[in-house]
Amino acid sequence: MTKRVVPIVQKIMSANDQIAAEIHKQLNKYRVFSMNFMASPGAGKTSLIELTVKELTDNLKLSVIDGDIATSIDADRAAAAGAHAIQVNTGGECHLDAVMLRSALEQIDLGATDLLIVENVGNLICPASFQLGTHINVLISSTPEGDDKPYKYPQMYQNIDALVINKIDLLPHVDFDLDYFLKGVEILNPGLTNFQLSCRTKEGVESWIQWVIGSLTSFTGEI
Amino acid sequence: MTQNILDIAINHGNKNNASRILQLNIVIGQLSSFIDDSIQFYWDLISKDTIAEGAILSIKRIPAKFSCLDCNNKYNLSPDGFECPECGSSHVEILTGKEFYLNSIDIE
Repeated sequence: MTKRVVPIVQKIMSANDQIAAEIHKQLNKYRVFSMNFMASPGAGKTSLIELTVKELTDNLKLSVIDGDIATSIDADRAAAAGAHAIQVNTGGECHLDAVMLRSALEQIDLGATDLLIVENVGNLICPASFQLGTHINVLISSTPEGDDKPYKYPQMYQNIDALVINKIDLLPHVDFDLDYFLKGVEILNPGLTNFQLSCRTKEGVESWIQWVIGSLTSFTGEI
Repeated sequence: MTQNILDIAINHGNKNNASRILQLNIVIGQLSSFIDDSIQFYWDLISKDTIAEGAILSIKRIPAKFSCLDCNNKYNLSPDGFECPECGSSHVEILTGKEFYLNSIDIE
């Protein structure tokens, strides 16, 4: 049999991206503003979600979908803060993908949700490749992780819409050159909105909250 | 990831009446976070008993190339960082390195 070459030129993530696009349409249809929180384990995703939910729950209806390999620890924290929270245990997968999110959304009343926060599995690599269809991808970096992360994980830093630098209260105690860090970010993602804060001391959190509110308001204005 | 590659390859193989897929020609950019060895490992497991069993994974790595927007220098990514080696500017543009696609398959 003769060998034939079949040209394809298809992005490997196209199947996931297609489902992500359907999710995006569905969220738009129900006017649900959505964010995908990504970070290394321990950077502060859950802490930031708790703070965000506590601040906004009086005026907005919040749903949280939490992805983890095991336990419902994070979903429980989000629920305690005031959100309708559900846990997705990924069965060993180190990231959420669009298929998992589509399934999880069946447990969310989108008609009764203003803001959906998806907390991804703690991981700086795989989540960067799996679009979920959310409106905003947020990366939470933290000062103890070191300032070389943009250089070591370029794909993550390229694919985000906002960056939170958490644990700024620890700056006097860790080797973190903020200028070096931000220079790497600027090259990979010019003009990226960033927030420097501490979930623990609450410094800088107000700007973040205002930005979330502003983004949601713009979204509902446009949709 | 590897499953996605397999699905795309089999889909196109079937559409073209392939009895076997001999080789997959994949293009991965230097800034894409994938490890060739991991893909090969999973590939051997999941391609068993499919028309892609035994297919060679040929991975072409595209280097990350930048263009300096200040001095127009074009350069490859170096271990020293992203800045322009000519003028030190961080005002740069990524030209290549983000690729991640299945370019073609060799079938019989």
